[in-house]
Amino acid sequence: MTSRNLAYLSNYSIYSAMALYTIAFFAHAIEVSFSVKTTEVDDKTSFDFSRTEKSGRIGTAMMILGFIFLFAGVILRGASAHRVPWGNMYEFSITGALAFSGAYLFALAKYKLRWLGLPVSIAVLLTLGTAITVLYRPSAPLVPALKSTWLAIHVSAAIISGGVFLLANTIAATYLILDRMEERGGRSEWAKKLPTLEVLDQLSYRLVAFVFPLWTFAVIAGAIWAESAWGRYWGWDPKETWAFITWVAYAAYLHARVTVGWRGRKAAWLCLFAGSTFLFNYIYVNIYGTGLHTYSGL
Amino acid sequence: MEILRWIWRQLTSMRTALILLMMLGLASIPGSIFPQRNQNPMKVTDFVTHNPTLAHWLDKIQIFDVYSSPWFSAIYILLFISLIGCVLPRSIEHVKAIGKKPPLTPKFLDRMEGFAQLDRPTSGALDTAQLWFKKNRFRVRREAGSISAEKGYSRETGNLLFHLSLVLLLLAVAAGGLFGSKGEAILNVGDRFINTPTSYDNISFAKFQGEGDMAPFSLRVLDFKASYDPTTNAPTDYVLKVAAANPIGSKEVLKTIKVNSPLTYGSTKVYLQANGYSPVVAVRDKSGKLVFEGAVTFLPQDANLTSIGAIKLPDMVPQIGMVASFLPTADRSPKRGAFSAFPEVLDPRLLVSVWMGNLGLDSGVPQSVYRVDTSKMQRIGLKALGLGQIYNFGEGTLTFEGYKSWVNLQIVDDPGKIYALVGAILAILGLLISLFTRQRRIWIKVDDRVEIAGLAKNGVPGLDEELSSLRQALEKDER
Ligand code: HEM
Repeated sequence: MTSRNLAYLSNYSIYSAMALYTIAFFAHAIEVSFSVKTTEVDDKTSFDFSRTEKSGRIGTAMMILGFIFLFAGVILRGASAHRVPWGNMYEFSITGALAFSGAYLFALAKYKLRWLGLPVSIAVLLTLGTAITVLYRPSAPLVPALKSTWLAIHVSAAIISGGVFLLANTIAATYLILDRMEERGGRSEWAKKLPTLEVLDQLSYRLVAFVFPLWTFAVIAGAIWAESAWGRYWGWDPKETWAFITWVAYAAYLHARVTVGWRGRKAAWLCLFAGSTFLFNYIYVNIYGTGLHTYSGL
Repeated sequence: MEILRWIWRQLTSMRTALILLMMLGLASIPGSIFPQRNQNPMKVTDFVTHNPTLAHWLDKIQIFDVYSSPWFSAIYILLFISLIGCVLPRSIEHVKAIGKKPPLTPKFLDRMEGFAQLDRPTSGALDTAQLWFKKNRFRVRREAGSISAEKGYSRETGNLLFHLSLVLLLLAVAAGGLFGSKGEAILNVGDRFINTPTSYDNISFAKFQGEGDMAPFSLRVLDFKASYDPTTNAPTDYVLKVAAANPIGSKEVLKTIKVNSPLTYGSTKVYLQANGYSPVVAVRDKSGKLVFEGAVTFLPQDANLTSIGAIKLPDMVPQIGMVASFLPTADRSPKRGAFSAFPEVLDPRLLVSVWMGNLGLDSGVPQSVYRVDTSKMQRIGLKALGLGQIYNFGEGTLTFEGYKSWVNLQIVDDPGKIYALVGAILAILGLLISLFTRQRRIWIKVDDRVEIAGLAKNGVPGLDEELSSLRQALEKDER
């Protein structure tokens, strides 16, 4: 098959994945909103999970199918260009969305997290939508500076870390919303299904602690690559600087939890802050930044 | 003395270290917003011309040299001292504790996590428990009626390893700034390069580095090949072949240098950084005597390597200067005039405008080798030459004999690099050990009943499972 056909096939896979994530989004939305409608008069059983169990399952099935199609899309994109699919911002975005939904499925298998499907499917849809409309570039070979095994290693580590960081952020944001609700007199009906604050708090910490070493590795792999491509392992290029800032922010978060004992609201805010330095690096520095990391044409 | 000790205690507290770490993060932000002299001096000049007053004040606080500024270094050094003062005592403590037994069983177990009682004590309960602890690789302290067991000691080991590695990393980065050198040299294919300061176009030495410390090698540029994608014109590969001798004068070995794979001699590395074309020209005076012959380095202006350069002939009377462009694949459009349509040499053209007068070379102001100062000159000719053509500009002739590729080599000596790498690898290792080891203690006490309880550091999960496993072992024994 020619490169161009592979690239088209990749695009179709991405579109299909978007359709599946849209269905998943509605399924999760139905699950969340209809489980609250009460048929009973009794106050204590005012919401009924079993009514929407099916809808939730459909949502999960669609999330899995969407992941498979997205995975195919990323692989085909790489095949069409004969390289790893991490050459420009379009490709970073689709791979990032893949890592994010992969992190969700992984967490779903370990914890009871189905409720997260709603924010995750929205975030994936937005990312893919932006990618394919604004950031899309035709499939092309890499410039020589990007030709390195370290590209595969460094970028995959960074993208996976990013996916998990953003998942932790989603959970921390949920924490803050629910926290505010409880403070104002109790959760809304739909939110009663969601886990307790304590579980959310632990979960976002667990995720960060789990990927922090991977992020450290991503930064170091980047330094090794920079050393072999540009002759210095650290040059305070904007991208490097912000990777360092993200690293410091998450280190502060871990210390705040472990050694100072921050929990709950303060920790959630710190987690959100750290995650936003990551996003800032990705969006702002890629688009407006200058420096060696910014290759023309996004 | 008291004050000094107080300061030391404050400085080496973990809170201070963390604040310093956060400050280092914050301090690095301005450098990503404002242009930096060591990265992009042109942009700094631009900024200064557009915002002169603002730039004046920003420059006072080294905003254009953030990462080498005193205030940035101050945070860095304080963090370094703090980290050492914080981690070293803990490491010594930790090493001392290696052979030690876990602490005594506390008096009241019922205040601990997962407290449970088993009725009907059996005489063998402690033995059973000890066996279970051994099987699960706990460190055990057995007293008369109790056992105190601990596991996950390596968490602290990993933790300390991580923090000590950070110290090594900081040291290595500092060493890179104090030792070593960094320079660039432009070489045409066929040129020879000897690693001494005079062979460089520019070179800078770190504080404690002398010329004598340079690696004694020489290179001969044999061939340079750039490949391009025929549809997008984007480069796909650069391959540089050199004959290298280390030390100078020894037998030459064939080496290949590519963008991501430098040539390495100890802590010195040779990187392929940029490339372009040098047209080969010959200039004769009116009498036909050869005034100049050789390759002149031209500077690429766009992705298709449209290049500009200057041919200066200060020895001709009057002096002659040529402002020239080299087009590897010549094309022409009404809008842009002559330009290059492809970066490889398919249809080369040399465009020259010839100037006569005073080149201004003896004015004392250093001049770019790529430009001619035409303020005291007058133009006497204009011509586009194909390969092999000769142009008679009145005062003499110019022959476009050919072209060569040039490469820009960056040669960096950073002795701290390897330590930085070792530090980084150990840091990850330590981090993995400390984040994935669960540290917990479990106690068992036997008198008229059996009590068990545990304590998990940082509330890590899994303690309940372990306690119930121990309990099952004890209950099986009862039956
Ligand atoms: C430079 C960035 C730093 C990073 C990324 C970092 C990271 C970490 C991590 C991941 C842990 C383990 C947390 C856990 O037990 O789960 C930790 C613990 C610790 N860190 Fe740091 N650290 C840094 C700097 C410092 C500094 C400057 C100090 C003090 C001078 C320090 C002192 C400690 C101490 C005492 C612990 C032990 C906490 C405990 O076991 O309860 N760290 N650090």
